[in-house]
Amino acid sequence: MAPATESPAALLEMRGIEKSYPGVRALDGVDLTVREGEVAALVGENGAGKSTLIKILAGAQHMDRGEIRLGGAPVRVDSPSDAMELGIRVIYQEFNLVPQLTVMENIFLGREPTKAGLVDFRRMEAECAGLLDRVGAEARPRDLVGRLSVAQQQLVEIAKALSQDARILVLDEPSATLTERELDRLFGLIRDLRDHGVGMIYISHRLEEIFEIADTVTVLRDGAHVITAPTSSLTREDIIRHMVGRELKDHIPSTTAHTAGEALRVEGLTRRGHFHDVNFVVREGEIVALAGLVGSGRTEVARAIFGADPVDAGRILVSGQEARIASPRDSISHGIGLATEDRKSQGLVLGLGVSANVTLADLRAISRRGLLSRTLESRAADEYIDQLKIRTPSRAQLVRLLSGGNQQKVVLAKWLFTDSKVLILDEPTRGIDVGTKTEIYSLMNDLCDRGKAILMISSELPEILGVAHRIYVMREGALVGELAREDATQERIMDLATGGSNG
Amino acid sequence: MSPVPPANTEATSPEERSVAALRRKEALSRFALAGTLVFLCALFALTTHNHVFMKSTNLINVASQSAINTIIAVGMTFVIVTGGIDLSVGSIVGLAAVFSTGVMVGGLGFTIGQYRVDLLPQLPGVGGVLIGLGAGLTVGALAGLFNAMSIVRFRVTPFIATLAMMLIARGAGHLYSVEPIRGVPPAFIWIGQGRWLGIPIPVYLALTVVVIGWAVLSKTPFGRRVYAVGGNEEAARLSGIPVGRTKLLVYVASGLCAATAGTVLAAQLQAGDPKLGNAYELDAIAAAVLGGTSLMGGRGTILGTVLGALIIGVLDNGLTMLHVSSFAQMVIKGLVILGAVILDQARQRP
Ligand SMILES: Nc1ncnc2c1ncn2[C@@H]1O[C@H](COP(=O)(O)OP(=O)(O)OP(=O)(O)O)[C@@H](O)[C@H]1O
Ligand SMILES: [Mg+2]
Repeated sequence: MAPATESPAALLEMRGIEKSYPGVRALDGVDLTVREGEVAALVGENGAGKSTLIKILAGAQHMDRGEIRLGGAPVRVDSPSDAMELGIRVIYQEFNLVPQLTVMENIFLGREPTKAGLVDFRRMEAECAGLLDRVGAEARPRDLVGRLSVAQQQLVEIAKALSQDARILVLDEPSATLTERELDRLFGLIRDLRDHGVGMIYISHRLEEIFEIADTVTVLRDGAHVITAPTSSLTREDIIRHMVGRELKDHIPSTTAHTAGEALRVEGLTRRGHFHDVNFVVREGEIVALAGLVGSGRTEVARAIFGADPVDAGRILVSGQEARIASPRDSISHGIGLATEDRKSQGLVLGLGVSANVTLADLRAISRRGLLSRTLESRAADEYIDQLKIRTPSRAQLVRLLSGGNQQKVVLAKWLFTDSKVLILDEPTRGIDVGTKTEIYSLMNDLCDRGKAILMISSELPEILGVAHRIYVMREGALVGELAREDATQERIMDLATGGSNG
Repeated sequence: MSPVPPANTEATSPEERSVAALRRKEALSRFALAGTLVFLCALFALTTHNHVFMKSTNLINVASQSAINTIIAVGMTFVIVTGGIDLSVGSIVGLAAVFSTGVMVGGLGFTIGQYRVDLLPQLPGVGGVLIGLGAGLTVGALAGLFNAMSIVRFRVTPFIATLAMMLIARGAGHLYSVEPIRGVPPAFIWIGQGRWLGIPIPVYLALTVVVIGWAVLSKTPFGRRVYAVGGNEEAARLSGIPVGRTKLLVYVASGLCAATAGTVLAAQLQAGDPKLGNAYELDAIAAAVLGGTSLMGGRGTILGTVLGALIIGVLDNGLTMLHVSSFAQMVIKGLVILGAVILDQARQRP
């Protein structure tokens, strides 16, 4: 099925890979070929089986049937350490870092440099600093990983994968948490590795990236192999059509704001060391975006408004009334909801089912006379499973077993279900496939039409430009500008976000 | 890959077949525990002299002996599902036993100089029994509240906080009375030794606690919060769940369950001995864990715990009937718990 080209010899060949989970046929005869110095993109809708294929390659899951060849010879990858030995490095979609350890301890976990039988922390720190520099991370070797932002953690993951020589490097949605600048850096790195003959598998839902970096594209749909072709032979529309199996317009539907009263006003909000003197307004029926580089304080502002973190100064007004918010519970009772960017640690109870997670933030809505009503719970879950196309064998399926993008949808569903007046969405479409993205945008538009206020944090400029009615830009913990949709361009936003240095 | 449509009639596609397989696996694991119980009963029925194990008198005995542990284990299950642990329950059993009987026979009061201040009167008959029971349960709830305060307010880990309470409650019981308190009223003894329709009252009490515990954990918003807090505390907090209050309530519930067990035990023995309940926390934890409750939090059911408690009760009773020495019993019980948990974990793996 691979195209017959006379490019370099196949480094990695996966043939007829099959894998089933209870209730789910995750892979149904998938082929993937990667040549030396080639970037093979793997695309498909949420739950199409991309991560599963990668986990099999990494020895984290066992295939039911199929064959893996490396440099022409069949290999067995029964465990992650087998994969390591074969030179297969994986950057997982869900991080595998130990939050309680420092950056350098994570990077060198299990193979710490030693001197006279003891860990040589000096050398570890020096090597680690070099790696962090190479990937452009701001994190320092001795920082605790649990304290880092998601983007920094992502960069640490990449540094970790690069800390040992790789023959095959797999990147499962590395860009989902990065902004343009970090992404440029990452692409530089990928090109560099490519020149050194490393074969790479690149997974992303952002098709622009695929066209920028990938040599070939493999499309999966419902666990089946649809097509493998050189990137240059495909258009964006081709790829989407192969992914969803039909024509799909993936333009962002834009609406006009029907703004009414003020829904949320923030005055002089300050949290020392994170952001200072932040002032802004979100009106009913309006989608406002908070743009900025990773680390500019957007997430911190959102968490502070939501009461997840304490503030040092400032006022929050909901519908013109000052709201005293000391905890998420307070803000929820004022009608504010926050869908966090980090779904696994902050958004979901992985050991509970889909329906329990969807309804978690508003248990009262599914209770009758003090008892949970299965009927109401199921109805709520089914509604969002349908609306957001959450791919799950049943509404009782443990969220832990869903694909990354489908987990993200569950987080969104949870907050849509609360019917909040003000919805703060931190990277709402991270890791979500193109089709569903469009779905989510129209959902946001619907909410606006119904008079809700939405504050969206996003690192994807096209998304911001397409969806938001108004844009605030943050830089280094301060609001540095406001743009109306009509005046906003990628360049102007980046100008503000970087202070003009990096237009 | 595609989500399986619900309510299908014929299992034909691979997905549907594997869903069916999943259902079977779930059902199997649920019956594995019950199966173990049945197996043990059959084993003891065959090996005991004249099959006395299966005699209804003995089965009633088993139920009655398991009642105390079941009551404690229900509270323990709530605590463990939140990701905590309660090591103080055994000591609370002793404290509640001695305190409730003490108040029953002597009221509660103290003397300053020549004045005696009565906080609780000593009443004859049922009134006195009720006051004593109320006092015992209150002290258990307070001990639980104290645990919760250390854990929620001062962020002491549950293990340490309840370890401290284990000492405090045991010490307090002995300070209250070194000697067992005797001469309790017949109405009180009835709670431990009485029967209705041939079945001992403690069994009914245990059943009541089980039903309440089951309903609360699986049918109420509070129960859902308990799972959420244990499954992912931060996500629970960010979903607006009152994490502190939820934890507080489970430790109070655990204290209450332990105190209930303490008063029942005192009634069975017709005396409030401050030494009662020694090491009972271990049986309660074992029952919960046998029943599939995860010490990591977020997972567990009351039904499982009941089966766990029954397995322990059957083992205790059966092995005693076979004249297995108490030390050998400990070895066997330890191995059974280990085996059950290993099996359970194997089952959990995807
Ligand atoms: N351990 C598991 N148990 C049960 N089902 C699983 C398990 N792991 C994955 N699945 C299911 O297999 C399917 C494929 O999942 P996979 O993670 O490979 O998707 P993906 O293509 O990476 O999606 P995404 O874009 O959302 O990351 C999904 O439907 C998912 O629910
Ligand atoms: Mg994935």
